[in-house]
Amino acid sequence: MTGRVEIGRSVAGFTLDFAADLAPGVTAIFGPSGAGKTTVLRAVAGLTRPDRGRIVVGGETLFDADAGIDRPVAKRRVGYVFQEPRLFPHLSVARNLRYGARGGGTDGVVDLLGLGSLLDRRPATLSGGEAQRVALGRALLSDPRILLMDEPLSALDLARKREIYPWLDRLRAEARIPILYVSHDIDEVARLADRMILMDAGRVAAEGPVAAILSRAGTAAATRAIAGGLLTAEIAGHDVADGLTEARIGDQRLWLPGRVGEAGERVQIRLDARDVTLALDRPERISALNVLPVTVTAIDTGPEAGALVRLDHQGQGLTARLTRRSVAALALAPGQRVYAIVKTMSATPARVAEIGASGRER
Amino acid sequence: MILGPGEWAVVGLSLKVALTATVLSLPFGLLTAYVLARYRFPGHGALNVLVHLPLVLPPVVTGYLLLLTFGANAPAGRVLEAIGLPLAFRWTGAALAAAIMAFPLMVRAMRLAIEAVPPALEEAAGTLGASRLRVAATVTVPLAFPGILAGTILALAKALGEFGATITFVSNIPGETRTIPTAIYAALQVPGQEPAAFRLILVSVAISAFALVASEILARRAKVAA
Repeated sequence: MTGRVEIGRSVAGFTLDFAADLAPGVTAIFGPSGAGKTTVLRAVAGLTRPDRGRIVVGGETLFDADAGIDRPVAKRRVGYVFQEPRLFPHLSVARNLRYGARGGGTDGVVDLLGLGSLLDRRPATLSGGEAQRVALGRALLSDPRILLMDEPLSALDLARKREIYPWLDRLRAEARIPILYVSHDIDEVARLADRMILMDAGRVAAEGPVAAILSRAGTAAATRAIAGGLLTAEIAGHDVADGLTEARIGDQRLWLPGRVGEAGERVQIRLDARDVTLALDRPERISALNVLPVTVTAIDTGPEAGALVRLDHQGQGLTARLTRRSVAALALAPGQRVYAIVKTMSATPARVAEIGASGRER
Repeated sequence: MILGPGEWAVVGLSLKVALTATVLSLPFGLLTAYVLARYRFPGHGALNVLVHLPLVLPPVVTGYLLLLTFGANAPAGRVLEAIGLPLAFRWTGAALAAAIMAFPLMVRAMRLAIEAVPPALEEAAGTLGASRLRVAATVTVPLAFPGILAGTILALAKALGEFGATITFVSNIPGETRTIPTAIYAALQVPGQEPAAFRLILVSVAISAFALVASEILARRAKVAA
């Protein structure tokens, strides 16, 4: 554990009550707008003062309401990447990068993020993606003990996001510090994060590995949209003629659209609970290519027409979102063995997270 | 244009008074503008009113208040006299009167320029480890520079033209406190002196126009550099 954040703050009509341990790797803070995600980051950075609680990062207490400790922003050694790049418009890229640099040269970070060709440029001449990369480099060069990223990609279109993902992967592989990554884009979270903290109305609704959260996500309106699963599979090969990628979970075959990764690499496939259909018998003569034998582990019935059926496939969790009528018609019950049908095209490329062969184990 | 030696002395004294007033009030003006723009505290409104008071008070009132405060018989005046810095009826007093009268214009322009600098950039600088002073020096002031320059030039122009508070506080003593405006006023009181007044009026127009053009060019250069 490299720290802990435990804070409360009350302002007119909104109460934040947040507690989480900080661990190395990327922890996504996910939730709807107004859930308090940004407030948590700002409190860690010292830009917003909590009413109560404490913030400890890398062994140093940055804030402790009871002990009267409130380190100034400049002394906290946090790297903050904001939603907008916030580059200093009157300084070149090189001088922006050096602004907060501690010790050593800038070469390492310049190489890591591919900034070499931008050094002499003015921020106004950079594309959105380039500017955000410079902002990330600038934050890293201040040698932070924690990196705070507040929806850094939300202002970019999908093409620019894809352009930045590989750099973030490199950063994640090299960084030894906790990274708190605020997002309200579940694809981005599945793509980038190791762990996630689900926030709703100022509180932590759930916390844990991304795959666990997605397969367990609740029936509450705020979390229903992310219910599904994050399956880890190994790429077995590619069918070039049909434009598909073959992945395997154990001896179970899964087809993914497009050409993804290389044989032997691990891939993560995010599934949306609404795209998962259940059948009591192995279906024949249907268009869906992916049929997974699963075991029903639980059934969460919400107040509305829908029900969330929790499933297990070789130890990996996923969720199907069905109508309550279907649940009754199939007489589904925990322990039952059924088949989950997933349209291949539901695993769209944005929902595929590649992990290098040397990638992290979850 | 041919100026007599007396007129050259007037122009030289005016420049000395106005430049002294501007240069010495610059750090205070910048600090006041920064504080008014970036901090909220009890007394914020009172400070704002105090700074702007000379803009709305009749100049003769400001001059008289200066005389009451810094005159030879006032305590503050006696202290300054003792340390070798007498103000009443001296050119130093003219500089103080000009500085106070020009201060609101200087602060106003600088404050607007500082308020236009996005606080988001200052926050970012803070997270990069920069102290408030460093943030002000490396982010706020450079980005507000055109406005700070405009405020300075405006203050200089106002200081050159100050009349009411100056003549009340330090009178109109040739060689000591006779600046361009008081000299023009004096010349207009004497029949036949209109040509001298007119020459000084031309000088005054020329200096003002030069200052405005210079500030425009500097501001444009600053913008290009940024």
